[in-house]
Amino acid sequence: MGYRFYSKFIAEKIYQLDPEFKTPAHSMRDDIDYVPTNRLVLWGHHFTAVAGAAPIIGPGIAVIWGWLPAFLWVVFGTMFFAGVHDFGAIWASIRNQARSVGSLTGDVVSHRARTLFMIVIFLLLLMVNAVFAVAISNEFQATPSSVIPAWSAVFVAVAIGVLLYKMHVAITWPTIIGTVILYAVIYLGELVPVALPNEILGLGPGPQWILILFFYAGVASMLPVWLLLQPRDYINGIQLFIGLGVLYGAVLIASPTVVAPAINPNVPAATPPLMPLLFVTIACGAISGFHGLVGSGTTSKQLNLETDARFVGYLGSVGEGALALVAIIAATAGFATLADWEAFYQTYNTQGTSAFVLGGARIAADGLGLPFGFAQTLLAVMAVLFAGTTMDAGVRLQRYIVQEWGTIYNIKPLQNGYVATAVAVGACLVLAFGAGGSGGTGGMIIWPLFGTTNQLLAGLTLLVISVILVKLGRPSRYTMIPMVFVTAMAFVSALIQLWDLYTAGNYFLVIFDLLIVVASIFVMLEATSAFMREKRKAAAAAAG
Amino acid sequence: MWVRLRTLLSEFYAAPYRGAIARARRDEDDLFMLFVYAELMGVPNPATYYTLELQPVLLERFHDWHTRMGLEHSPLDHFRCC
Repeated sequence: MGYRFYSKFIAEKIYQLDPEFKTPAHSMRDDIDYVPTNRLVLWGHHFTAVAGAAPIIGPGIAVIWGWLPAFLWVVFGTMFFAGVHDFGAIWASIRNQARSVGSLTGDVVSHRARTLFMIVIFLLLLMVNAVFAVAISNEFQATPSSVIPAWSAVFVAVAIGVLLYKMHVAITWPTIIGTVILYAVIYLGELVPVALPNEILGLGPGPQWILILFFYAGVASMLPVWLLLQPRDYINGIQLFIGLGVLYGAVLIASPTVVAPAINPNVPAATPPLMPLLFVTIACGAISGFHGLVGSGTTSKQLNLETDARFVGYLGSVGEGALALVAIIAATAGFATLADWEAFYQTYNTQGTSAFVLGGARIAADGLGLPFGFAQTLLAVMAVLFAGTTMDAGVRLQRYIVQEWGTIYNIKPLQNGYVATAVAVGACLVLAFGAGGSGGTGGMIIWPLFGTTNQLLAGLTLLVISVILVKLGRPSRYTMIPMVFVTAMAFVSALIQLWDLYTAGNYFLVIFDLLIVVASIFVMLEATSAFMREKRKAAAAAAG
Repeated sequence: MWVRLRTLLSEFYAAPYRGAIARARRDEDDLFMLFVYAELMGVPNPATYYTLELQPVLLERFHDWHTRMGLEHSPLDHFRCC
């Protein structure tokens, strides 16, 4: 419905897409970055680039308030917030030589806002790496049968990379064989579950996994893109489509009953208030600033027609919303009874992927007749691979940022790839361990902070789109209202978390949170200032 | 059908990383250009004997290379490409 009607209205009346407009993929074509691409293919990798573990973890946590708030936020958030945001980021970029939203912020809003944008991106990357390392570590401990299949994906990816890049084998057979191997090793994983020792040098299995994962991410980020990152992203994309097909197929066949309450009257103690925490707990899946980076960074350079922006951008967010919805179904209908569900949801912010894996496995077992253990490993591997690929890319991006700082401030050691990687990995480790002690649970503690930062980024992107619309003399309320809403929710959430962290004595995260609060205030000030300026200009133009 | 599937999968595989791989390949090519023209710029290169015959082949790319390396004009006295 959102795609059929609302996005059509936005495309025709607000962004006013023109099929005759020469997109940067044509006007700046270099067959490297700027290449006109089939819209279905472009949608495929825009969707797989934006869909990761976050739309699984967020809804898995947020159903603690009941299924209805999470469901409504995902449905209406996708239709009126995420769709307009993702679509708008691509549109704004192609109308400005395919420049990224960060770069546009400097011109459209102010240079201060651009600096703010860079700080928010760095915080976001730092948190995403810490959060996902902890999520993978938790999943490896909860489902030891997923360890071998998850690590096998690395070898399958390297094999595909070598076959395609060095041996020039056509892609179809490596894809089919690689996918079959990935699913076959799930059986192997069940036969040989892997659990780390209870203690090594005073560290439990969780911290051990986190250290291994960051060591791997550091090494992976130094490898050539063609060898690991590209084929890993590719097979993950294939897995995403298969996984979504399996889950939705199972839901349709099994028609599971939702056992969780629509609104949970018995939320566990220490659960924060639904308003505003729901809106940051589910970021990806409803609206996420990260999508604007992908849309304006790579997608806009490959858009064949301006009218394709609606299909790629809006429908990309609908795809992610569909993933979030299936995560909600798994976490609310995948339990036998309400008592089971309540026993599982005894604390806020600790379930995430586990709810998706357990609930989804039960639905897949009922609907498709898969053995429960196999289905559980299958979904655990799916969640781990999503998080793992995001970590690979996240550490690599952080390395680039550190190297760029080395160049800007002329700090020679930081320009070195190994040193920059060590700094990037070290910063994530400090966050993972510093925030949660030697248990290494910092990542999950900062999940709401991660959502807050993500929403701030979305607010900044919507601000840029709104200012462009005001400049063009078009209605800006369709982007302005979501911008005010997500920024306000992010700000209030950050304040609530600030108090909670302060009373819990977690001063490390208090500093982190303060940074986010300050950033929120600046976003609001910049937004007001940019709008007043543009309104004055419009009034002056009308008068003169 | 099979060919169409292969085309779609190939594009799905290549499109997101086309730029990154092309840049990595160009970096390698730039280093190779340095090896080929090192001796002409006064940098001793023990492999000159082997790279000599490549010089005329790579001359077409010479201008792009030296501008990319931050040299506005050709560093070779006897070869003024710009």
